[in-house]
Amino acid sequence: MTLSIDDVKQVADLAYIKISEDETEAALIQLSDIFKLIETMQAVDTSGVTPMSHAQDVVQRLREDRISDSDQRALYQSIAPQVEEGLYLVPKVIE
Amino acid sequence: MQWEIVIGLEIHAQLSTQSKIFSGASTAYGAMPNTQASIVDLAMPGVLPVLNRGAVERAVKFGLAIGATINSPSIFARKNYFYPDLPKGYQISQYELPIVEGGNIRIQTEEAEKTIRLTRAHLEEDAGKSLHEDFHGMSGIDLNRAGTPLLEIVSEPDMRSSAEAVAYAKSLHSLVRWIGICDGNMQEGSFRCDANVSVRPRGSATYGTRCEIKNLNSFRFLEKAIEFEAERQIDILEDGGSVRQETRLYDANKGETRTMRSKEDANDYRYFPDPDLLPVEISPDWVDQLRETLPELPQARRERYVTEFGLSAYDASVLTGSRELSDYFEATIQRLPAQAKLCANWIMGEISARLNKADMDVASCPVAPETLAALLSRIEDGTVSGKAAKTVFDSLWQGEMDRQVDVIIEAKGLKQISDDSAIEQQVDDVLAANAHLVADFRSGKEKAFNALVGQVMKATRGKANPAQVNTILRKKLSGQ
Amino acid sequence: MLNDSLKQLSRRLADKQVSSVELTTEYLERIQRLNPEYNAFITVDADKSLQQAHAADQKIASGDAGPLTGIPVAQKDIFCTRGWLTTCGSRMLSNFVSPYDAGVIERFNAAGAVNIGKTNMDEFAMGSSNENSYYGPVRNPWDIGAVPGGSSGGSACAVAARMAPAATGTDTGGSIRQPAAFCGISGIKPTYGTVSRYGMIAFASSLDQGGPMARSAEDLALMLNVMSGFDARDSTSLQRDAEDYTRDLENPLSGLRIGLPKEYFAEGMHGDVSRAIESAIDEYRRLGAETLEVSLPNSPLSIPVYYVLAPAEASSNLSRFDGVRYGYRAESYQDLADMYRKTRAEGFGAEVKRRILIGTYVLSHGYYDAYYIQAQKVRRLIAQDFEHAFAQCDVIMGPTAPSVAFDIGEKSSDPVQMYLSDIYTSAASLAGLPGMSIPVGFGEKNRPIGLHIIGNYFTESRMLNVAHQYQRATDWHLKMPDL
Repeated sequence: MTLSIDDVKQVADLAYIKISEDETEAALIQLSDIFKLIETMQAVDTSGVTPMSHAQDVVQRLREDRISDSDQRALYQSIAPQVEEGLYLVPKVIE
Repeated sequence: MQWEIVIGLEIHAQLSTQSKIFSGASTAYGAMPNTQASIVDLAMPGVLPVLNRGAVERAVKFGLAIGATINSPSIFARKNYFYPDLPKGYQISQYELPIVEGGNIRIQTEEAEKTIRLTRAHLEEDAGKSLHEDFHGMSGIDLNRAGTPLLEIVSEPDMRSSAEAVAYAKSLHSLVRWIGICDGNMQEGSFRCDANVSVRPRGSATYGTRCEIKNLNSFRFLEKAIEFEAERQIDILEDGGSVRQETRLYDANKGETRTMRSKEDANDYRYFPDPDLLPVEISPDWVDQLRETLPELPQARRERYVTEFGLSAYDASVLTGSRELSDYFEATIQRLPAQAKLCANWIMGEISARLNKADMDVASCPVAPETLAALLSRIEDGTVSGKAAKTVFDSLWQGEMDRQVDVIIEAKGLKQISDDSAIEQQVDDVLAANAHLVADFRSGKEKAFNALVGQVMKATRGKANPAQVNTILRKKLSGQ
Repeated sequence: MLNDSLKQLSRRLADKQVSSVELTTEYLERIQRLNPEYNAFITVDADKSLQQAHAADQKIASGDAGPLTGIPVAQKDIFCTRGWLTTCGSRMLSNFVSPYDAGVIERFNAAGAVNIGKTNMDEFAMGSSNENSYYGPVRNPWDIGAVPGGSSGGSACAVAARMAPAATGTDTGGSIRQPAAFCGISGIKPTYGTVSRYGMIAFASSLDQGGPMARSAEDLALMLNVMSGFDARDSTSLQRDAEDYTRDLENPLSGLRIGLPKEYFAEGMHGDVSRAIESAIDEYRRLGAETLEVSLPNSPLSIPVYYVLAPAEASSNLSRFDGVRYGYRAESYQDLADMYRKTRAEGFGAEVKRRILIGTYVLSHGYYDAYYIQAQKVRRLIAQDFEHAFAQCDVIMGPTAPSVAFDIGEKSSDPVQMYLSDIYTSAASLAGLPGMSIPVGFGEKNRPIGLHIIGNYFTESRMLNVAHQYQRATDWHLKMPDL
């Protein structure tokens, strides 16, 4: 399959990354190369193979339902771009 | 054309854990903004989720309560979209292999009883809150709620009216509280409904285009929103238009639904298994242990009330509306096994009315079940009339005389006079004092008899057992 | 003293020949002299380091010192370090002073090690040359014109240039092993789940694994003793008993079965590299090992598979960088969406954005099965190849990289060529197997060459033994650039 300019724009939009026209052009060329490389994998017959999502075949450990964290807002918000009255400020959210 | 409304509900029940689903921060409601947002909830670089056992247990209990399949392994997935109240840029949720699959729940409307099928119930984390009070043109983000465990309960599109939708939501609401997995507090957002609504010509086999209505935080809003939305869609279709599939927001003030501007670009969620979380295994032993912790469920009780106590299906469903109410009934009936109907009537009548008026729940009812039983047993043995009993109940509610039923009856002199000789004495006095009425009766005026009964009752200040007064009076009048 | 092993340094400290403060000062001075040229460190904080050195000296005086107490260790800037700038080589985190310590950092602190500085790296560990750092490229101590490899290039450079006796790294597809090879040092990526990922800024969660980089296998063993161990805050951390990775170092190699994958020795490997690898393997034969051919038929697919899975996970892992709670936020924007888009466009570098786009694409609706699921299936085939191979042999050997370190700028405009430099290392990452690289000679332009050793799950102590015995017989690991 071949990528189009629109694919790149759409993906950049999904990824919330502003991308200029030139960048889109450049990205298209590089991504196309990379997908050529990736496609060599798609020919492989994997019927009956279970996908491997984890490096180890182990199951999830469960945490006991206990409160272990206390308020550290002052510390955490000391590195925040913009806070007021303990809230993180962002441009108006429209619902 | 005749239209049919098709409704499916997605209900988010906040699970009543101490700590969050993937972090050790508290889930307590109402804390100062961001004081309960840990580094995990804030999605600081490098932090990782660890699953809360309490959340899994509650989800499994729910699955067992609705006769669903418990998936093992169950998988957590990432739902990717950008929103300021979603710190990681993805929500940890479930996609394939949700913890609970299938199951169903019986609902009861005034008209009928019906079974609603559930599609699935999956665990996920809640998002934070955006506060729109104007901070010089900006919004404020509070992440205390981020990471709070939710069970998203998805129904099949099995409901056909707002009444059914409300009945379903109410029985789910009662169930999650019944089995103790959610406090059900709708004001605090512990139980939130989204409704998928579509309409189609009655008899049509295919579904119409649906709209998802969000933000329905009361049963009344749920009902109003569905009715408004169905009307809106019908109007569009009857004007020859077509419904656009979209997410809509219910505006409680205007009582209408409107298009939600956000989340529109986020329709490609790019779900994939969360590599930070491994498959969750739920052993049969664990499931059995959890099954043993479940109380008798509302459905079972409902059936028992009908078969064992001969109550109507409707009464049974009202009495099992909440575990507290049902337990109250159980405690009362235990002391008065033969008087199920009497107990039911008083609990659904006098008790419920009083509680509503005082805006109290049955758990805090000042009249304990054993006290109520004591009172009702006095009606049963004829000590007091039903009317007098209500007076006694007043005193019990007020807490007079240490809520001693017999003491109150005695002190207020509410005992019925059932002693023949006492009544005969009164009757004789009345007859002697009302010769003209006696004469009228003899001359065939039946009303005079009632007047005489009235006189006797008046003389006994209403305490004489009316039935006895009748017989004695007739005997004496005919006897002479 | 610069060429001392950790054991020797530890003894000097114990014998009071030198104090941790003196040792730390010496390394700080060397960093001050060399770093402007080599750019191995993003952050150096002499006061903080010397404070730790002071505490270490007291610990030593009071007699409760461990093997690493008082020893300076360079930390890759991917490990969150409380009170330290932790940038992950990105503009996005160029102002991020971490409010907490990574599990690995806690362990080094508990061991009394001294944090000598935070090392440069490819942005978010995405790269094989360290040219993708917001803080500029790192240079190779053996050749100022060559790349040090990546993504742990700063750590590799720091150890090779003796700006630190040892360092931490992370490896997702070869990011410890390839720079170790390019800089002529030793490095090991342990079995996935051995080292806590808590506080290690995520690139590709199912592949990322921390590990040590040092002069020798013996030093790696001492470092791994501190770094590894169960961490309840990481769901993928394995619950196993702590082990002493030095325990097998001195075992003889007689009877060791070395598997040589025919696919690795087929084509693509440069002549100088293959010559060095062959002679290293001859050395092993002299040490009593036997060699046999094994096959990893699917391993040529490891790069395509890796470039589906790693970007997919990364695209999601990096979504948290939005300029709301910490880190970089664009200066000017019209609205919320514009703030996000500009923040991410300006905060991320080209390679990171490229991989986010790839990952977003392969996960997006309609392509998920064809790319992501297929890649996970081939990933299993790759893992099964190793399973079969390890039924016949104890360790697998080959080159760590197809060539010696390439020139700065040589591949930076050609991503695919860059990606292919991980051709030999990514397979072990996909399988979650331990892999290491040790120096075995020099090739073109006198640039170092690394031998890649892959072991079965949890056989790190055997691998370290295999490497140590070679280093007892040879002195490649003692070679040091003349700076």
